[in-house]
Amino acid sequence: MGIFNFHKNTFKHGLHPPEHKGETNGLPIRQFSFAPMMILPVAQHLGSPSEIVVREGQEVVRGQLIAKATGYVSVPLHAPVSGTVRKIANVPTISGKMVSGIYLQTFPYSGQEVLEGTPIDVETATKEEILKGIQDAGIVGLGGAAFPTHVKLKVPEGKTCEVLIINGIECEPYLTTDHRVMLEQADDIFMGIKYLLKVTGAKRVIIGIEANKQDAADHLEKKLPTDLPISVKVVPVKYPQGAEKMLITAILGREVPSGGLPIEVNAVVVNVATTAEIGRLLPHGRGIQERVITITGPGVKKKGNYLIPVGTPLRYVLEQVGAAENISEVYMGGPMMGVAVSNLDISIVKGTSGIVVFTENEIKKQEKVYPCIKCGACVDACPISLNPSKLGILAKFEAYDQMAEDYHLMDCFECGSCSYVCPSHIPLVQYFRLSKSIVRKRKATKQPA
Amino acid sequence: MIHKTLNISTSPHISTGTSTEDIMRNVVWALLPVAAFAVYSFGLSALMVIVTTTAACVLTEHFLCKFSKKESTVSDWSAAISGLLLGLTLPPNFPLWMAFFGGVIAIALGKFIFGGLGYNVFNPALVGRAVLQAAFPVAITTWFPAFSPARFSTFSVATFTFPFMEPATDGFTGATPLSAFKFDHVVGETTDLALGLISGSTGETCAALILLGGIYLVARKMMNWRIPVSIFTTVFVVSGILYLVDSQVYPSPLFMLFSGGLMLGAVFMATDMVASPITPLGVWVYGAIIGLLVVVIRIWGGLPEGVMYAILLANAISPHIDNLIRPRVYGTAKSVKQS
Repeated sequence: MGIFNFHKNTFKHGLHPPEHKGETNGLPIRQFSFAPMMILPVAQHLGSPSEIVVREGQEVVRGQLIAKATGYVSVPLHAPVSGTVRKIANVPTISGKMVSGIYLQTFPYSGQEVLEGTPIDVETATKEEILKGIQDAGIVGLGGAAFPTHVKLKVPEGKTCEVLIINGIECEPYLTTDHRVMLEQADDIFMGIKYLLKVTGAKRVIIGIEANKQDAADHLEKKLPTDLPISVKVVPVKYPQGAEKMLITAILGREVPSGGLPIEVNAVVVNVATTAEIGRLLPHGRGIQERVITITGPGVKKKGNYLIPVGTPLRYVLEQVGAAENISEVYMGGPMMGVAVSNLDISIVKGTSGIVVFTENEIKKQEKVYPCIKCGACVDACPISLNPSKLGILAKFEAYDQMAEDYHLMDCFECGSCSYVCPSHIPLVQYFRLSKSIVRKRKATKQPA
Repeated sequence: MIHKTLNISTSPHISTGTSTEDIMRNVVWALLPVAAFAVYSFGLSALMVIVTTTAACVLTEHFLCKFSKKESTVSDWSAAISGLLLGLTLPPNFPLWMAFFGGVIAIALGKFIFGGLGYNVFNPALVGRAVLQAAFPVAITTWFPAFSPARFSTFSVATFTFPFMEPATDGFTGATPLSAFKFDHVVGETTDLALGLISGSTGETCAALILLGGIYLVARKMMNWRIPVSIFTTVFVVSGILYLVDSQVYPSPLFMLFSGGLMLGAVFMATDMVASPITPLGVWVYGAIIGLLVVVIRIWGGLPEGVMYAILLANAISPHIDNLIRPRVYGTAKSVKQS
């Protein structure tokens, strides 16, 4: 925090990509129809995959446990629909890898009632019971990271959580999932916060919202329960403010130490949709079966915010909303950090926050890559003050160790701001992803010796 | 059913849309008014000098690429910038064969030998000019009067000097404002300097148009404004202090700002992205070094003008500035010394 830091309520650097949120942010969340066949990979979260507990031919009820958690950093999977397990086989995922999974055929005429579990009462349950409840509900970070939420919420021995930050930033262009959740599920969010307060022991809660969602901020402000220490904080619009570390800096003015977690500055950050899910599921002891997803982009006919069962194949989703003739690229997530899909037979997973479809007109053309002219645009954009220009040159020379040791490569969280601004079209963030994985591999092979 | 082969690409899937080519092309646009004024004030001879250096740079780049079996990089416009800049720093009556030679040197030794665009250590135009200054000290300090009535109908006698011959002189030696100050202690009118109503190198006379070009590029985020601001501030402060010490011996800070090649150098040459540092603080230091050197060379050096050497020296140390001055990375301690 030098004397040159004029930015208040935000982090240093960052970008303002065109928002494109107006196309869907006024559209209420609508229930999506059930696909005739659900495809459910067991690895929908970071950590160890869940273990299938149903057999082929078995009939399951919506909300029933179909794969259990294997260990602490793992969550179970619940049936998104009532139906019959048709096949247990390898299913395609977004990375191109095949993982084991379940083909679940939907009962066509079922009322699709949800199976109730053991309720967890926020007033009487202990910390451990709530954490267990969150894990049993199969909850992961719905902002896109899909990290098991109960792991993140566990405050380690000797550390205290002073502030709980609810992340309603949604800085990715096009996406309006969290925006609609805040407008339509305020009660669930406040209920979720009650659970989170108990688990983390936080003294206060701040809901961080960007200024382009002022209506959501006003709505939550109006409905704030008087018995909870919650405040709403509106921050200027800037990408990548939704990143945990950037949000903590924007709201608290603290910096999370390099390589550390938010708890080291006495904060825990939870996505707003995840919070709403906790508030909705735990009082009924249910598991997560569906989530809100923004389906948008110039290649989509019926854009909107839909409540879609986990496991719905992407092909079915696009057929229902109608895809333009000239669609070219489909992203899971937003256009800044989302992953391009190669195969429409993959399905919606818990971490899918949006589907953006670009036609031939919007995709980046095969751009000519020029040498780095050291214009410094990347240096001015990088939210953590790295030197992407230098890192890019070092990556070309395969100097991965120097990148990590001298230029803080491992602090890069791959927001893509450098690639976004680079006039020479150097795929910087792609270099860094690759370099990071090489450095990690090298470290892993060194350790056993 | 959707039957469609999808493209895949890595994120981010959107970009600003500005390309390196756009930046270079816009620098050329920003330089055109300066070049136009040069032609207006010095006539056909100046036009020929600018056209010659630009053609020399572009052709050299093209043929060197062909010669080394690479795709020609002329289309990125950077060679055209070097050519324009070189032409604008030469006297309007400079012999064309020498100007051509300077353009070849600028690209071949200033840029191509280092690996082309993005790899040059020095500003290529200044490398060309430095060689010309060393090789043709008389021709490069022989000035032609501005606004001569016959400037649109006749060429300077020196312009078409036969290659490898010394030019005949019809210009006047040593009467630009800076040399007048240096050797005769005559201080020119600052307003005349700012508006370009004086003699000098083709493109260095009209400060107002140079600044306008700079403002255009800064507004389009295609130039680092910190560099010229840092240079101007340093020159103004250092020469201001000297002026306060003894206004009889030292020139006024305004005269220092608007005379010679400072404007063109600070706005269009020191800002060469490739040859300047990349971090904000590094850029301030770089500008300050240039400003300081300009004042020192102009006042105590053997030459009337010091902008060229000041920028070249600062170019040489700019990689080291980047190495020494690094912004603190988010989440790292302030006191941690970075190797």
